[in-house]
Amino acid sequence: METPAKPKTVEPRQNVVILFAGDSGDGIQLTGAQFTDNNALFGNDVSTFPNYPSEIRAPQGTLAGVSGFQLHFGSVEVFTPGDRCDVLVVMNAAALKANLHKLKQGGIIIANADGFDRKNLRLAGYIDEADPLTDGSLEAYKLHSVDVTKLTRAALEGTTLGMKEKDRCKNMFVLGFINWMFSRELDNSERFLEHKFGRKPELMEANRRVLLAGYHYGETSETFTTRFEVKPAPMPKGTYRSITGNQGTALGLLAGARKAGLQLFYGSYPITPASDILHELSRHKNLGAITFQAEDEIAAIASAIGASYGGALGVTASSGPGIALKIEAMGLAFMLELPLVIVNVQRGGPSTGLPTKTEQADLWQAVHGRNGEAPIPVIAASTPVDCFEMAFEAVQLAVEHMTPVILLTDGYIANGAEPWRFPSSADLPTITPNFIQAPNDGDRFLPYRRDARGVRPWALPGQAGLQHRIGGIEKQDGTGNISYDPANHEKMVRLRAEKVARIADRFRPIRLDSGPPEGDLLIVGWGSTYGAIRTAALQMQAEGHSVAHVHLRHLFPFNKGLGPLLRKFRQVLVPEMNSGQLRQLLRAEYLVDARGLSKVQGLPFTSEEIRNAALDLLTHNTTAAAATQA
Amino acid sequence: MNTTNASPAAPAKADFSSDQEVRWCPGCGDYSILKQVQTLLEQSGRRKEEVVFISGIGCSSRFPYYLDTFGLHGIHGRAPAIVGGLRSVRPDLSVWMITGDGDALSIGGNHIIHLLRRNVDVNVLLFNNEIYGLTKGQYSPTSPEGAVTRSTPLGSTDHPFNPLALVKGADGTFIARCMDRDPKHMREVLARADAHRGTSLVEVYQNCNVFNDGAFEAFTEKGSKADNTLFVEHGKPLLFANGTKGISLQDMRPTVIDIGAERSVNDCWVHDERDSFKASLLVRLFDDPRTQGGFPRPFGVLFVKDRPTHEAKLQAQVQAARERKGQGDLDALLRGDHTWEIV
Ligand code: SF4
Repeated sequence: METPAKPKTVEPRQNVVILFAGDSGDGIQLTGAQFTDNNALFGNDVSTFPNYPSEIRAPQGTLAGVSGFQLHFGSVEVFTPGDRCDVLVVMNAAALKANLHKLKQGGIIIANADGFDRKNLRLAGYIDEADPLTDGSLEAYKLHSVDVTKLTRAALEGTTLGMKEKDRCKNMFVLGFINWMFSRELDNSERFLEHKFGRKPELMEANRRVLLAGYHYGETSETFTTRFEVKPAPMPKGTYRSITGNQGTALGLLAGARKAGLQLFYGSYPITPASDILHELSRHKNLGAITFQAEDEIAAIASAIGASYGGALGVTASSGPGIALKIEAMGLAFMLELPLVIVNVQRGGPSTGLPTKTEQADLWQAVHGRNGEAPIPVIAASTPVDCFEMAFEAVQLAVEHMTPVILLTDGYIANGAEPWRFPSSADLPTITPNFIQAPNDGDRFLPYRRDARGVRPWALPGQAGLQHRIGGIEKQDGTGNISYDPANHEKMVRLRAEKVARIADRFRPIRLDSGPPEGDLLIVGWGSTYGAIRTAALQMQAEGHSVAHVHLRHLFPFNKGLGPLLRKFRQVLVPEMNSGQLRQLLRAEYLVDARGLSKVQGLPFTSEEIRNAALDLLTHNTTAAAATQA
Repeated sequence: MNTTNASPAAPAKADFSSDQEVRWCPGCGDYSILKQVQTLLEQSGRRKEEVVFISGIGCSSRFPYYLDTFGLHGIHGRAPAIVGGLRSVRPDLSVWMITGDGDALSIGGNHIIHLLRRNVDVNVLLFNNEIYGLTKGQYSPTSPEGAVTRSTPLGSTDHPFNPLALVKGADGTFIARCMDRDPKHMREVLARADAHRGTSLVEVYQNCNVFNDGAFEAFTEKGSKADNTLFVEHGKPLLFANGTKGISLQDMRPTVIDIGAERSVNDCWVHDERDSFKASLLVRLFDDPRTQGGFPRPFGVLFVKDRPTHEAKLQAQVQAARERKGQGDLDALLRGDHTWEIV
């Protein structure tokens, strides 16, 4: 390496949020993922969120075509991909325009100068093609304009690559430079290139050269005088991998099926943002997992019911509108009392809504949305890693209690990633299906004879003496034969509800995520708001406020400890990415004056928004704003 | 998973009727079909526990309750999807699906065509009575144009489906038609359907004597049956009207011919149930005897094709993946491809 032109200073940072943005074709996702890997390997805690454009092939250079990858890494634990960013890397004018509002005051902009020519400025909608890199409008930030294209081409001079192929290496320049800026080594990225281009040595060499060029550029360029350093985080010792929420869900389902000794059958229909679960599961056929891309959402769930009837673990997943189509079949599964897992990766609604944006507005649908009285357990995951745990628990509840179970996740955690100190299979509990082998009433078989938990036996076709008929029509207690008897119907409605209510008996005692066991304010969250609420709560506790945070995994039935816990606090705040659905459920169940904090913008909360609302409630005792501004 | 408990010796003749009282209207064509299915199962030597009946909603869909086998009475139109899932994980069972014209061709239309193209191994009995019976008499997707029903007092404005042409269009691999009033023939057709690997679709003309009595009498009644029905048999010429008429096929155009001095049996189209193109024509012989009456309606096995079943292909993929990657170890799965250590 060459000697630096000027000695550089190294500035320590506790945590950094960096956002890479550019055209879909700029290789932004790969750059982000690689830099994330380097930091994770170094020992930082990381949390990421990719932001894809809603259109598949939006025109190049336009705002609609901007793709982003946000990374939060730190020498302390990080719980979210970050509210606002410290560093914004933009490959063109549209990327800057679309993301500048996310940059902190005084933050660093690294701009690819070549992406700010007249055409790009016009496409991004800069009036009169005014160039923000030169017109002084970015004075409040530390702006570094780098001619990435020119430098990339220069690094590849003398190679046989065509111009297009050369330009495709641009993202490696950025990766090299960012690694320099944050004092990271390049070994891991080089290994990655070897792996990726193993069969194309020419491309591998070109990418490596550009990667190094980017790194050296930081070292030699006069304009960069400061490097940053983020020390390793005090992470628990162990082996880690990275996992997205949808991967977590898929692995949780596979692990659950394995621990239950069941074949996994996954019936689904493609839908954003749930399809990655289908993609992940379809890679694991060797585990016996069967994936079935059905003709529609109804067939997806109905096929899963058929598989469960046959003795497999039936699973279906979708998002808002797809879940709406499955509701009739959920009622059937509820009546049949067969295991079934239904995953809803929530997105902005109603109707088609905002397919690529996140929301938590399907809670009422999950809890109440069926004809007749058909209570189904509803549980929710709070982080990408938690998707694994809750998917596993969904299998456990469905199989051991003979019931459909709804697992709620959402687009934010489904696509977000974090490091996972994965368990070993021996750490996971065994799941025991309620199989029956022989008649349970002399030589008669009563398919609806319940055990002490109210659970009926699972009798599989093929077993002699257990022939029986089940269906969606009301059935006689015990025999399961069709019955229109009024008193029997009421009894069955009650028995089915009691069975589901009793599931709460097995929940672990409720536990605060942080804060004192009683006090001024309890923040009650569920789902993907976890990171933002945790960050806000920890900060407020450090500031001396009497604030605690509880995060609900069980939304129906509730944890039995929840009622008493709510009463230990003077005030209750429920932040949700909807207009107050959990808040209303809590009020109805516990007659508690819970206040709401709503955000329905297709965007996650920032911890700042939560903290402001909590402070407001503490100081003024006011009803928190109905909606906050991002 | 396979949990079949091998019983020492399957009884030669088990009683397949359940303890449930049959609740169809007296005189309904469903009784005849139930009887033939029970008889067929009893003669097949199958064990009751390895047989599963799946149905949707409608009069016909009550069928599973009346058999002492495994049964699942599903929701309207969705039986094919339930069958698809069950079959994917249980290729060992004998699966039957009971449906009707409304269930299969209206609310479940999407599912039935996908069941057929996938070729899931199941025997589908489509009870066609050209009416909605359970909801008390509205026109169905097979009711003829102009049908006066409770929901069409001025006559139906809808053009009906030709069910078997639809099945052929969806690449069904076993296509047959029979009727409630000809039990012997029905049993032969059902036995063939049962023997076929793949989706065997049998359309059964079934009289709803309460809401659409006599819909098929041109085919079932003594006076008109011979002229209006064509019982096809593989390798045999297409003859009807007690052998006095036949169907010839010239330039891919079927024509009714009189058998006599000028034209003989040798001029007739010889049925080849494996000929896909001819089957496409055969299912199109769909004249309404009440209004058109040119061609007789074909009954019997119209088309058979061997094509791997959906579940066989699924299982083969699992098998191949296992040969390539091994049985699959949960720990390897959790670990993934890329890990790092924090020490
Ligand atoms: S309504 Fe018609 S189809 Fe239904 S049971 Fe009565 S006769 Fe049979």
